Amino acid sequence: MRAKGKVFKYGNNVDTDVIIPARYLNTSDPAELAKHCMEDIDSSFVEKVEPGDIIVAGKNFGCGSSREHAPIAIKAAGVSCVIATTFARIFYRNSINIGFPILECAEAVENIDAGDIVQVDFGTGTIYNETKGQKYQAQPFPDFMQEIMVADGLINYIKQKA
Amino acid sequence: MGMTMTQKILAAHAGLDKVEVGQLIQANLDLVLGNDITSPVAIKEFNKAGFTEVFDKSKVAIVPDHFTPNKDIKSAEQCRFIREFAYDKDIENYFEVGEMGIEHALIPEKGLVVPGDVVIGADSHTCTYGALGAFSTGIGSTDMAAGMATGQAWFRVPAAIKFVLTGKPSEWVSGKDIILHIIGLIGVDGALYKSMEFVGDGLQYLSMDDRFTMANMAIEAGAKNGIFLVDEKTLEYVKAHSTKEYVIYEPDEDAEYHQVIEIDLASIRPTVSFPHLPDNTRTIDEVGDIKIDQVVIGSCTNGRISDLRAAAEILKGRKVAKGVRTIIFPATQNIYLQALREGLIEIFIEAGAIVSTPTCGPCLGGHMGILAKGERAVATTNRNFVGRMGHEESEVYLASPAVAAASALTGKISNPEEVA
Repeated sequence: MRAKGKVFKYGNNVDTDVIIPARYLNTSDPAELAKHCMEDIDSSFVEKVEPGDIIVAGKNFGCGSSREHAPIAIKAAGVSCVIATTFARIFYRNSINIGFPILECAEAVENIDAGDIVQVDFGTGTIYNETKGQKYQAQPFPDFMQEIMVADGLINYIKQKA
Repeated sequence: MGMTMTQKILAAHAGLDKVEVGQLIQANLDLVLGNDITSPVAIKEFNKAGFTEVFDKSKVAIVPDHFTPNKDIKSAEQCRFIREFAYDKDIENYFEVGEMGIEHALIPEKGLVVPGDVVIGADSHTCTYGALGAFSTGIGSTDMAAGMATGQAWFRVPAAIKFVLTGKPSEWVSGKDIILHIIGLIGVDGALYKSMEFVGDGLQYLSMDDRFTMANMAIEAGAKNGIFLVDEKTLEYVKAHSTKEYVIYEPDEDAEYHQVIEIDLASIRPTVSFPHLPDNTRTIDEVGDIKIDQVVIGSCTNGRISDLRAAAEILKGRKVAKGVRTIIFPATQNIYLQALREGLIEIFIEAGAIVSTPTCGPCLGGHMGILAKGERAVATTNRNFVGRMGHEESEVYLASPAVAAASALTGKISNPEEVA
Protein backbone atom coordinates (compact mmCIF):
# COMPACT_ATOMS: atom_id res chain seq x y z
CA MET A 1 0.00 0.00 0.00
CA ARG A 2 1.24 3.45 -0.94
CA ALA A 3 0.10 7.05 -0.62
CA LYS A 4 1.14 10.40 -2.08
CA GLY A 5 -0.12 13.91 -1.43
CA LYS A 6 0.48 17.39 -0.11
CA VAL A 7 0.88 17.96 3.59
CA PHE A 8 -1.34 19.72 6.11
CA LYS A 9 0.71 20.29 9.25
CA TYR A 10 -0.52 20.67 12.84
CA GLY A 11 1.04 20.76 16.31
CA ASN A 12 0.87 18.56 19.41
CA ASN A 13 -2.27 17.16 21.08
CA VAL A 14 -4.69 17.58 18.16
CA ASP A 15 -7.80 16.30 19.93
CA THR A 16 -10.88 14.53 18.63
CA ASP A 17 -13.07 17.53 19.47
CA VAL A 18 -11.25 19.66 16.90
CA ILE A 19 -11.01 16.78 14.39
CA ILE A 20 -14.79 16.39 14.48
CA PRO A 21 -16.71 18.54 17.01
CA ALA A 22 -19.37 16.70 19.04
CA ARG A 23 -22.07 19.01 17.71
CA TYR A 24 -21.89 17.03 14.44
CA LEU A 25 -22.08 13.60 16.04
CA ASN A 26 -25.83 13.29 15.62
CA THR A 27 -24.98 11.49 12.38
CA SER A 28 -22.54 8.74 11.51
CA ASP A 29 -22.62 9.36 7.74
CA PRO A 30 -18.95 9.62 6.64
CA ALA A 31 -19.67 12.19 3.90
CA GLU A 32 -21.54 14.40 6.36
CA LEU A 33 -18.76 14.09 8.99
CA ALA A 34 -16.12 14.91 6.34
CA LYS A 35 -17.77 18.30 5.74
CA HIS A 36 -16.78 19.38 9.27
CA CYS A 37 -13.39 17.70 9.55
CA MET A 38 -10.80 19.83 11.43
CA GLU A 39 -13.33 22.66 11.58
CA ASP A 40 -12.32 24.08 14.98
CA ILE A 41 -8.56 24.02 14.30
CA ASP A 42 -8.40 24.83 10.57
CA SER A 43 -11.63 26.20 9.12
CA SER A 44 -10.29 26.15 5.54
CA PHE A 45 -9.15 22.50 5.67
CA VAL A 46 -12.26 21.08 4.04
CA GLU A 47 -12.06 23.55 1.12
CA LYS A 48 -8.35 22.94 0.52
CA VAL A 49 -7.94 19.19 1.04
CA GLU A 50 -7.61 17.01 -2.08
CA PRO A 51 -7.80 13.24 -2.38
CA GLY A 52 -4.51 11.68 -1.29
CA ASP A 53 -3.37 14.56 0.93
CA ILE A 54 -1.50 13.76 4.13
CA ILE A 55 -1.81 15.14 7.67
CA VAL A 56 1.43 15.52 9.63
CA ALA A 57 1.24 16.42 13.32
CA GLY A 58 3.16 16.31 16.61
CA LYS A 59 2.65 14.09 19.60
CA ASN A 60 -0.56 12.58 20.99
CA PHE A 61 -2.58 13.06 17.78
CA GLY A 62 -6.25 12.16 18.27
CA CYS A 63 -6.33 12.49 22.05
CA GLY A 64 -9.67 12.65 23.82
CA SER A 65 -12.84 10.89 22.86
CA SER A 66 -13.23 7.33 21.55
CA ARG A 67 -15.30 8.61 18.64
CA GLU A 68 -14.40 6.55 15.57
CA HIS A 69 -16.04 9.43 13.74
CA ALA A 70 -12.62 11.17 13.97
CA PRO A 71 -10.59 8.84 11.70
CA ILE A 72 -13.76 8.24 9.65
CA ALA A 73 -14.07 12.01 9.01
CA ILE A 74 -10.39 12.32 8.07
CA LYS A 75 -10.56 9.28 5.76
CA ALA A 76 -13.81 10.46 4.16
CA ALA A 77 -12.32 13.93 3.60
CA GLY A 78 -9.87 12.22 1.24
CA VAL A 79 -6.77 12.13 3.45
CA SER A 80 -4.58 9.13 2.61
CA CYS A 81 -2.68 8.88 5.88
CA VAL A 82 -1.66 10.64 9.10
CA ILE A 83 1.98 10.82 10.19
CA ALA A 84 2.54 11.89 13.81
CA THR A 85 5.20 11.74 16.49
CA THR A 86 2.77 9.67 18.60
CA PHE A 87 -0.93 8.85 18.49
CA ALA A 88 -3.42 8.70 21.33
CA ARG A 89 -4.17 5.01 21.75
CA ILE A 90 -7.88 4.91 20.94
CA PHE A 91 -7.35 6.93 17.75
CA TYR A 92 -4.51 4.55 16.85
CA ARG A 93 -6.74 1.48 17.36
CA ASN A 94 -9.67 3.05 15.56
CA SER A 95 -7.54 3.93 12.53
CA ILE A 96 -6.20 0.39 12.23
CA ASN A 97 -9.66 -1.07 12.80
CA ILE A 98 -11.18 0.96 9.95
CA GLY A 99 -8.23 0.25 7.68
CA PHE A 100 -6.93 3.83 7.71
CA PRO A 101 -3.11 4.04 7.56
CA ILE A 102 -1.20 5.97 10.21
CA LEU A 103 2.52 6.13 10.93
CA GLU A 104 4.61 7.23 13.91
CA CYS A 105 7.82 9.00 12.84
CA ALA A 106 9.33 11.86 14.85
CA GLU A 107 12.01 12.53 12.19
CA ALA A 108 9.39 13.03 9.49
CA VAL A 109 7.37 15.36 11.71
CA GLU A 110 10.45 17.46 12.47
CA ASN A 111 11.41 17.88 8.82
CA ILE A 112 8.17 17.99 6.84
CA ASP A 113 6.52 21.39 6.34
CA ALA A 114 2.98 22.29 5.33
CA GLY A 115 2.58 22.02 1.55
CA ASP A 116 5.42 19.52 1.02
CA ILE A 117 4.64 16.65 -1.34
CA VAL A 118 5.22 13.37 0.46
CA GLN A 119 5.10 9.68 -0.55
CA VAL A 120 4.52 6.85 1.91
CA ASP A 121 5.13 3.12 1.52
CA PHE A 122 3.16 1.41 4.28
CA GLY A 123 4.73 -2.01 3.78
CA THR A 124 8.23 -0.76 4.56
CA GLY A 125 7.33 2.32 6.62
CA THR A 126 9.39 4.52 4.29
CA ILE A 127 8.38 8.17 3.95
CA TYR A 128 9.84 10.17 1.02
CA ASN A 129 9.62 13.95 0.96
CA GLU A 130 9.62 14.84 -2.76
CA THR A 131 9.78 18.58 -2.09
CA LYS A 132 12.90 18.36 0.09
CA GLY A 133 14.41 15.17 -1.36
CA GLN A 134 14.56 13.56 2.11
CA LYS A 135 13.76 10.03 3.29
CA TYR A 136 12.51 9.11 6.76
CA GLN A 137 11.96 5.67 8.24
CA ALA A 138 8.90 4.90 10.37
CA GLN A 139 8.41 1.70 12.30
CA PRO A 140 6.33 -0.60 10.12
CA PHE A 141 3.26 -2.07 11.86
CA PRO A 142 3.39 -5.53 13.41
CA ASP A 143 2.17 -8.18 10.93
CA PHE A 144 -1.12 -8.59 12.77
CA MET A 145 -2.00 -4.90 12.32
CA GLN A 146 -0.87 -4.93 8.71
CA GLU A 147 -3.18 -7.86 8.07
CA ILE A 148 -6.10 -5.86 9.54
CA MET A 149 -5.28 -2.90 7.30
CA VAL A 150 -4.86 -5.04 4.22
CA ALA A 151 -8.28 -6.60 4.97
CA ASP A 152 -9.63 -2.99 5.06
CA GLY A 153 -10.50 -3.17 8.72
CA LEU A 154 -11.04 -5.41 11.74
CA ILE A 155 -14.52 -6.59 10.81
CA ASN A 156 -13.39 -7.87 7.40
CA TYR A 157 -10.36 -9.43 9.06
CA ILE A 158 -12.55 -11.31 11.56
CA LYS A 159 -14.84 -12.48 8.74
CA GLN A 160 -11.89 -13.75 6.72
CA LYS A 161 -10.55 -15.62 9.76
CA ALA A 162 -13.92 -17.21 10.58
CA MET B 1 10.01 -10.75 36.50
CA GLY B 2 6.50 -10.44 37.92
CA MET B 3 3.40 -8.82 36.48
CA THR B 4 1.42 -5.67 37.26
CA MET B 5 -2.27 -5.87 38.19
CA THR B 6 -3.30 -5.10 34.62
CA GLN B 7 -0.91 -7.66 33.16
CA LYS B 8 -2.27 -10.36 35.49
CA ILE B 9 -5.88 -9.63 34.55
CA LEU B 10 -5.06 -9.63 30.83
CA ALA B 11 -3.07 -12.87 31.09
CA ALA B 12 -5.95 -14.60 32.87
CA HIS B 13 -8.40 -13.44 30.20
CA ALA B 14 -6.13 -14.56 27.38
CA GLY B 15 -5.66 -18.02 28.89
CA LEU B 16 -1.95 -17.38 29.47
CA ASP B 17 0.21 -17.88 32.55
CA LYS B 18 2.30 -14.87 31.74
CA VAL B 19 2.29 -11.85 29.45
CA GLU B 20 4.98 -9.29 28.70
CA VAL B 21 4.94 -5.62 27.79
CA GLY B 22 4.27 -5.17 24.08
CA GLN B 23 2.84 -8.67 23.56
CA LEU B 24 -0.26 -8.80 21.34
CA ILE B 25 -3.00 -10.89 22.93
CA GLN B 26 -6.61 -11.83 22.31
CA ALA B 27 -8.61 -11.47 25.56
CA ASN B 28 -12.08 -12.65 26.58
CA LEU B 29 -14.44 -9.86 27.55
CA ASP B 30 -16.74 -9.64 30.57
CA LEU B 31 -18.63 -6.60 29.28
CA VAL B 32 -18.92 -4.66 26.01
CA LEU B 33 -20.42 -1.17 26.30
CA GLY B 34 -21.67 1.50 23.92
CA ASN B 35 -23.63 4.77 23.97
CA ASP B 36 -25.92 6.63 21.56
CA ILE B 37 -23.01 8.25 19.67
CA THR B 38 -20.75 5.24 19.24
CA SER B 39 -23.27 2.36 19.07
CA PRO B 40 -24.87 3.39 15.74
CA VAL B 41 -21.48 3.05 13.98
CA ALA B 42 -20.85 -0.26 15.78
CA ILE B 43 -24.26 -1.67 14.90
CA LYS B 44 -23.82 -0.76 11.22
CA GLU B 45 -20.46 -2.60 11.22
CA PHE B 46 -22.01 -5.55 13.07
CA ASN B 47 -24.84 -5.81 10.55
CA LYS B 48 -22.60 -5.19 7.53
CA ALA B 49 -20.43 -8.14 8.56
CA GLY B 50 -23.51 -10.35 8.68
CA PHE B 51 -23.48 -11.09 12.41
CA THR B 52 -26.96 -11.92 13.72
CA GLU B 53 -26.48 -12.51 17.47
CA VAL B 54 -24.35 -10.96 20.20
CA PHE B 55 -21.92 -13.30 21.97
CA ASP B 56 -23.75 -13.02 25.32
CA LYS B 57 -26.93 -11.02 25.90
CA SER B 58 -25.99 -10.38 29.52
CA LYS B 59 -22.52 -9.06 28.67
CA VAL B 60 -23.46 -6.22 26.33
CA ALA B 61 -24.62 -2.87 27.71
CA ILE B 62 -26.06 -0.02 25.67
CA VAL B 63 -26.75 3.31 27.36
CA PRO B 64 -28.22 6.24 25.42
CA ASP B 65 -26.78 9.10 27.49
CA HIS B 66 -24.98 11.61 25.28
CA PHE B 67 -27.65 13.42 23.29
CA THR B 68 -30.56 12.21 25.42
CA PRO B 69 -33.30 13.10 26.15
CA ASN B 70 -33.09 13.35 22.34
CA LYS B 71 -31.84 16.84 21.55
CA ASP B 72 -32.92 16.92 17.91
CA ILE B 73 -34.42 14.74 15.19
CA LYS B 74 -31.13 13.21 14.08
CA SER B 75 -30.31 12.24 17.67
CA ALA B 76 -33.76 10.74 18.05
CA GLU B 77 -33.15 8.67 14.89
CA GLN B 78 -29.80 7.44 16.26
CA CYS B 79 -31.46 6.47 19.56
CA ARG B 80 -34.26 4.66 17.74
CA PHE B 81 -31.68 2.74 15.74
CA ILE B 82 -29.84 1.50 18.84
CA ARG B 83 -33.12 0.80 20.72
CA GLU B 84 -34.36 -1.40 17.88
CA PHE B 85 -31.06 -3.27 17.87
CA ALA B 86 -31.16 -3.73 21.66
CA TYR B 87 -34.70 -5.12 21.55
CA ASP B 88 -34.03 -7.29 18.50
CA LYS B 89 -30.94 -8.86 20.10
CA ASP B 90 -32.52 -9.10 23.57
CA ILE B 91 -29.70 -7.03 25.09
CA GLU B 92 -30.36 -7.37 28.83
CA ASN B 93 -28.54 -4.20 29.82
CA TYR B 94 -30.16 -1.59 27.63
CA PHE B 95 -31.19 1.37 29.76
CA GLU B 96 -33.83 3.72 28.39
CA VAL B 97 -34.43 7.30 29.54
CA GLY B 98 -36.10 6.90 32.93
CA GLU B 99 -33.85 4.05 34.03
CA MET B 100 -30.61 5.28 32.51
CA GLY B 101 -27.84 7.42 33.82
CA ILE B 102 -24.49 8.59 32.56
CA GLU B 103 -22.96 5.26 31.57
CA HIS B 104 -19.86 5.34 33.78
CA ALA B 105 -21.87 6.10 36.90
CA LEU B 106 -24.66 3.70 35.93
CA ILE B 107 -22.65 0.56 35.04
CA PRO B 108 -20.94 0.22 38.47
CA GLU B 109 -24.20 1.14 40.23
CA LYS B 110 -25.94 -1.71 38.38
CA GLY B 111 -23.20 -4.09 39.52
CA LEU B 112 -22.14 -4.92 35.96
CA VAL B 113 -18.40 -4.63 36.69
CA VAL B 114 -16.53 -6.37 39.52
CA PRO B 115 -12.84 -6.74 40.41
CA GLY B 116 -10.80 -8.76 37.91
CA ASP B 117 -13.12 -8.14 34.94
CA VAL B 118 -12.01 -7.13 31.45
CA VAL B 119 -14.29 -4.46 30.03
CA ILE B 120 -14.23 -2.53 26.76
CA GLY B 121 -16.51 0.39 26.06
CA ALA B 122 -16.98 2.58 23.01
CA ASP B 123 -16.47 5.64 25.16
CA SER B 124 -13.08 6.90 26.23
CA HIS B 125 -14.08 7.23 29.89
CA THR B 126 -14.71 3.49 30.18
CA CYS B 127 -11.45 3.52 32.16
CA THR B 128 -13.63 4.62 35.13
CA TYR B 129 -14.21 1.01 36.24
CA GLY B 130 -10.54 0.58 37.07
CA ALA B 131 -11.63 2.03 40.42
CA LEU B 132 -13.09 -1.42 41.10
CA GLY B 133 -9.86 -3.28 40.33
CA ALA B 134 -11.00 -4.26 36.84
CA PHE B 135 -9.14 -3.79 33.55
CA SER B 136 -11.37 -1.40 31.68
CA THR B 137 -10.57 0.64 28.62
CA GLY B 138 -12.10 2.82 25.94
CA ILE B 139 -12.18 1.58 22.37
CA GLY B 140 -13.99 2.66 19.20
CA SER B 141 -17.10 1.48 17.43
CA THR B 142 -15.47 -1.22 15.30
CA ASP B 143 -13.94 -2.81 18.40
CA MET B 144 -17.38 -2.65 20.01
CA ALA B 145 -18.89 -4.42 16.98
CA ALA B 146 -16.21 -7.10 17.01
CA GLY B 147 -16.53 -7.45 20.80
CA MET B 148 -20.31 -7.84 20.61
CA ALA B 149 -19.93 -10.51 17.94
CA THR B 150 -17.01 -12.51 19.29
CA GLY B 151 -16.70 -11.67 23.00
CA GLN B 152 -13.02 -10.91 22.42
CA ALA B 153 -10.70 -8.00 21.71
CA TRP B 154 -7.04 -7.63 20.78
CA PHE B 155 -4.71 -5.76 23.13
CA ARG B 156 -1.07 -4.84 23.24
CA VAL B 157 0.01 -5.56 26.83
CA PRO B 158 0.80 -2.20 28.44
CA ALA B 159 3.68 -1.10 30.62
CA ALA B 160 2.63 0.63 33.83
CA ILE B 161 3.31 3.68 35.94
CA LYS B 162 2.85 3.03 39.66
CA PHE B 163 1.44 5.90 41.70
CA VAL B 164 2.14 5.42 45.39
CA LEU B 165 -0.35 7.59 47.27
CA THR B 166 0.62 8.60 50.79
CA GLY B 167 -0.80 10.97 53.40
CA LYS B 168 -4.28 12.32 53.97
CA PRO B 169 -5.82 14.96 51.70
CA SER B 170 -7.08 18.17 53.34
CA GLU B 171 -10.79 18.85 53.76
CA TRP B 172 -11.61 20.42 50.36
CA VAL B 173 -9.27 18.25 48.30
CA SER B 174 -11.10 15.46 46.46
CA GLY B 175 -10.25 12.76 43.94
CA LYS B 176 -10.70 15.40 41.23
CA ASP B 177 -7.97 17.63 42.64
CA ILE B 178 -5.65 14.64 42.98
CA ILE B 179 -6.11 13.45 39.40
CA LEU B 180 -5.84 16.99 37.98
CA HIS B 181 -2.64 17.40 39.98
CA ILE B 182 -1.28 14.12 38.56
CA ILE B 183 -2.22 15.04 34.97
CA GLY B 184 -0.54 18.41 35.48
CA LEU B 185 2.54 16.57 36.69
CA ILE B 186 2.90 14.00 33.90
CA GLY B 187 1.09 15.73 31.00
CA VAL B 188 -1.76 14.76 28.68
CA ASP B 189 0.40 12.05 27.12
CA GLY B 190 2.36 11.24 30.27
CA ALA B 191 0.88 7.75 30.48
CA LEU B 192 0.39 7.16 26.75
CA TYR B 193 -0.32 3.45 25.98
CA LYS B 194 0.33 2.64 29.68
CA SER B 195 -1.56 1.60 32.81
CA MET B 196 -1.78 3.95 35.77
CA GLU B 197 -1.75 1.74 38.86
CA PHE B 198 -2.81 3.41 42.11
CA VAL B 199 -1.53 1.93 45.37
CA GLY B 200 -0.36 3.08 48.81
CA ASP B 201 -1.57 3.97 52.30
CA GLY B 202 -3.31 7.08 51.04
CA LEU B 203 -5.96 4.90 49.38
CA GLN B 204 -7.70 4.53 52.75
CA TYR B 205 -8.71 8.20 52.58
CA LEU B 206 -10.25 7.93 49.12
CA SER B 207 -13.94 7.04 48.84
CA MET B 208 -15.13 4.91 45.93
CA ASP B 209 -16.51 8.11 44.38
CA ASP B 210 -13.03 9.69 44.59
CA ARG B 211 -11.55 6.60 42.95
CA PHE B 212 -14.13 6.57 40.14
CA THR B 213 -13.26 10.21 39.43
CA MET B 214 -9.54 9.47 39.33
CA ALA B 215 -9.77 6.33 37.18
CA ASN B 216 -12.20 8.20 34.90
CA MET B 217 -9.55 10.77 34.00
CA ALA B 218 -6.70 8.30 33.37
CA ILE B 219 -7.49 8.78 29.67
CA GLU B 220 -6.71 12.49 30.09
CA ALA B 221 -3.09 11.46 30.71
CA GLY B 222 -3.26 9.24 27.61
CA ALA B 223 -3.43 6.05 29.69
CA LYS B 224 -4.83 2.77 28.43
CA ASN B 225 -6.35 2.19 31.85
CA GLY B 226 -6.26 3.38 35.43
CA ILE B 227 -6.54 0.73 38.11
CA PHE B 228 -6.83 0.73 41.91
CA LEU B 229 -5.83 -1.95 44.37
CA VAL B 230 -8.87 -3.71 45.78
CA ASP B 231 -9.45 -3.01 49.49
CA GLU B 232 -12.29 -3.16 52.01
CA LYS B 233 -14.00 -0.12 50.49
CA THR B 234 -14.00 -1.76 47.07
CA LEU B 235 -15.49 -4.97 48.42
CA GLU B 236 -18.11 -3.11 50.43
CA TYR B 237 -19.17 -1.34 47.21
CA VAL B 238 -19.16 -4.53 45.17
CA LYS B 239 -21.22 -6.45 47.74
CA ALA B 240 -23.78 -3.63 47.88
CA HIS B 241 -24.18 -3.50 44.10
CA SER B 242 -23.41 -6.87 42.54
CA THR B 243 -23.89 -10.60 42.87
CA LYS B 244 -21.29 -11.35 40.19
CA GLU B 245 -18.27 -13.42 41.15
CA TYR B 246 -15.09 -11.41 41.40
CA VAL B 247 -11.36 -12.13 41.43
CA ILE B 248 -8.89 -9.93 43.28
CA TYR B 249 -5.58 -9.45 41.47
CA GLU B 250 -2.60 -7.86 43.15
CA PRO B 251 0.61 -6.80 41.47
CA ASP B 252 3.60 -9.08 42.01
CA GLU B 253 6.24 -7.71 44.35
CA ASP B 254 8.78 -7.90 41.56
CA ALA B 255 6.47 -6.43 38.91
CA GLU B 256 8.29 -4.13 36.52
CA TYR B 257 7.18 -0.51 36.29
CA HIS B 258 8.13 2.02 33.64
CA GLN B 259 8.08 4.63 36.41
CA VAL B 260 7.14 4.92 40.10
CA ILE B 261 5.75 8.25 41.27
CA GLU B 262 5.01 9.10 44.89
CA ILE B 263 2.15 11.46 45.54
CA ASP B 264 1.76 13.04 48.98
CA LEU B 265 -1.98 13.64 49.17
CA ALA B 266 -1.55 16.01 52.13
CA SER B 267 0.39 18.43 49.94
CA ILE B 268 -2.20 18.67 47.15
CA ARG B 269 -4.19 21.90 46.90
CA PRO B 270 -7.57 22.38 45.21
CA THR B 271 -6.54 22.32 41.56
CA VAL B 272 -7.96 23.84 38.36
CA SER B 273 -7.13 22.99 34.72
CA PHE B 274 -7.01 26.09 32.57
CA PRO B 275 -7.91 26.07 28.86
CA HIS B 276 -7.28 24.23 26.60
CA LEU B 277 -5.68 21.07 27.95
CA PRO B 278 -6.30 19.12 31.17
CA ASP B 279 -2.57 19.26 32.02
CA ASN B 280 -2.61 23.07 32.13
CA THR B 281 -3.14 23.02 35.89
CA ARG B 282 -2.79 25.64 38.58
CA THR B 283 -3.50 25.39 42.28
CA ILE B 284 -6.40 27.43 43.57
CA ASP B 285 -3.84 29.79 45.13
CA GLU B 286 -2.47 30.63 41.66
CA VAL B 287 -5.65 31.13 39.62
CA GLY B 288 -5.98 34.90 39.87
CA ASP B 289 -9.16 36.73 38.95
CA ILE B 290 -11.13 34.63 36.43
CA LYS B 291 -14.73 35.74 35.98
CA ILE B 292 -17.18 33.08 34.82
CA ASP B 293 -20.54 32.85 33.07
CA GLN B 294 -21.51 29.27 33.81
CA VAL B 295 -20.92 26.47 36.29
CA VAL B 296 -21.53 22.82 35.44
CA ILE B 297 -21.55 20.25 38.23
CA GLY B 298 -22.03 16.65 37.12
CA SER B 299 -20.83 14.26 34.37
CA CYS B 300 -19.27 10.78 34.45
CA THR B 301 -16.37 12.39 36.29
CA ASN B 302 -18.21 14.17 39.11
CA GLY B 303 -21.95 13.51 39.11
CA ARG B 304 -22.03 11.06 42.03
CA ILE B 305 -23.69 11.54 45.39
CA SER B 306 -20.60 12.69 47.26
CA ASP B 307 -19.99 15.27 44.52
CA LEU B 308 -23.50 16.62 44.97
CA ARG B 309 -23.08 16.63 48.76
CA ALA B 310 -19.86 18.65 48.48
CA ALA B 311 -21.59 21.19 46.22
CA ALA B 312 -24.63 21.38 48.51
CA GLU B 313 -22.50 21.95 51.58
CA ILE B 314 -21.16 25.10 49.97
CA LEU B 315 -24.39 26.30 48.33
CA LYS B 316 -26.66 25.68 51.34
CA GLY B 317 -28.56 28.80 52.37
CA ARG B 318 -26.77 31.00 49.83
CA LYS B 319 -27.41 32.33 46.32
CA VAL B 320 -25.33 31.88 43.19
CA ALA B 321 -23.92 35.13 41.80
CA LYS B 322 -26.22 37.05 39.47
CA GLY B 323 -25.52 36.06 35.88
CA VAL B 324 -23.81 32.76 36.67
CA ARG B 325 -25.86 29.96 35.14
CA THR B 326 -25.38 27.03 37.52
CA ILE B 327 -26.37 23.68 36.05
CA ILE B 328 -26.28 20.54 38.19
CA PHE B 329 -26.54 17.03 36.73
CA PRO B 330 -26.96 14.04 39.02
CA ALA B 331 -25.34 11.22 37.03
CA THR B 332 -28.05 8.57 37.45
CA GLN B 333 -31.70 8.34 38.41
CA ASN B 334 -30.71 6.69 41.70
CA ILE B 335 -28.27 9.45 42.55
CA TYR B 336 -30.95 12.00 41.65
CA LEU B 337 -33.45 10.29 43.95
CA GLN B 338 -30.96 10.02 46.76
CA ALA B 339 -30.09 13.71 46.40
CA LEU B 340 -33.80 14.51 46.51
CA ARG B 341 -34.30 12.49 49.69
CA GLU B 342 -31.28 14.10 51.34
CA GLY B 343 -32.65 17.56 50.57
CA LEU B 344 -29.80 18.45 48.21
CA ILE B 345 -32.06 19.26 45.28
CA GLU B 346 -33.94 21.80 47.40
CA ILE B 347 -30.64 23.40 48.41
CA PHE B 348 -29.62 23.70 44.75
CA ILE B 349 -32.89 25.19 43.59
CA GLU B 350 -33.06 27.63 46.50
CA ALA B 351 -29.51 28.71 45.66
CA GLY B 352 -30.62 29.56 42.14
CA ALA B 353 -29.09 26.55 40.37
CA ILE B 354 -31.00 24.31 37.98
CA VAL B 355 -31.06 20.54 38.27
CA SER B 356 -31.16 18.42 35.12
CA THR B 357 -31.98 14.85 34.27
CA PRO B 358 -28.85 12.71 33.76
CA THR B 359 -27.16 13.41 30.41
CA CYS B 360 -23.65 13.94 29.03
CA GLY B 361 -25.11 16.99 27.21
CA PRO B 362 -23.00 20.02 28.15
CA CYS B 363 -19.71 18.20 28.86
CA LEU B 364 -19.11 17.60 25.15
CA GLY B 365 -20.95 20.64 23.86
CA GLY B 366 -23.97 18.57 22.87
CA HIS B 367 -26.87 20.37 24.54
CA MET B 368 -28.15 21.65 27.92
CA GLY B 369 -25.62 24.39 28.53
CA ILE B 370 -23.66 25.37 25.42
CA LEU B 371 -21.28 28.34 25.69
CA ALA B 372 -21.35 31.41 23.43
CA LYS B 373 -18.26 33.05 21.96
CA GLY B 374 -16.02 34.39 24.72
CA GLU B 375 -17.91 32.77 27.57
CA ARG B 376 -16.21 30.92 30.41
CA ALA B 377 -17.38 27.95 32.44
CA VAL B 378 -16.06 26.20 35.51
CA ALA B 379 -16.99 22.57 35.03
CA THR B 380 -16.50 19.37 37.01
CA THR B 381 -16.23 17.56 33.67
CA ASN B 382 -13.10 16.04 32.16
CA ARG B 383 -12.00 17.96 29.05
CA ASN B 384 -11.33 21.61 28.30
CA PHE B 385 -10.27 21.31 24.65
CA VAL B 386 -10.97 24.11 22.16
CA GLY B 387 -14.72 24.23 21.52
CA ARG B 388 -15.44 21.41 23.94
CA MET B 389 -18.50 23.02 25.53
CA GLY B 390 -19.58 25.25 22.68
CA HIS B 391 -18.07 28.07 20.61
CA GLU B 392 -14.42 27.61 19.64
CA GLU B 393 -13.63 30.85 21.46
CA SER B 394 -15.30 29.77 24.71
CA GLU B 395 -13.30 28.48 27.67
CA VAL B 396 -13.69 25.59 30.11
CA TYR B 397 -11.90 25.43 33.48
CA LEU B 398 -11.91 21.96 35.03
CA ALA B 399 -12.32 21.72 38.80
CA SER B 400 -13.83 19.77 41.69
CA PRO B 401 -17.49 20.13 42.72
CA ALA B 402 -16.38 22.18 45.75
CA VAL B 403 -14.39 24.67 43.62
CA ALA B 404 -17.24 24.81 41.10
CA ALA B 405 -19.83 25.52 43.80
CA ALA B 406 -17.64 28.14 45.47
CA SER B 407 -17.14 29.78 42.07
CA ALA B 408 -20.90 29.81 41.43
CA LEU B 409 -21.37 31.89 44.59
CA THR B 410 -18.75 34.51 43.76
CA GLY B 411 -18.91 34.61 39.95
CA LYS B 412 -15.19 33.96 39.65
CA ILE B 413 -12.99 30.91 40.22
CA SER B 414 -12.90 30.61 44.00
CA ASN B 415 -11.37 28.61 46.81
CA PRO B 416 -13.89 26.49 48.74
CA GLU B 417 -11.73 26.88 51.86
CA GLU B 418 -12.50 30.61 51.83
CA VAL B 419 -16.15 30.44 50.80
CA ALA B 420 -17.36 27.49 52.93
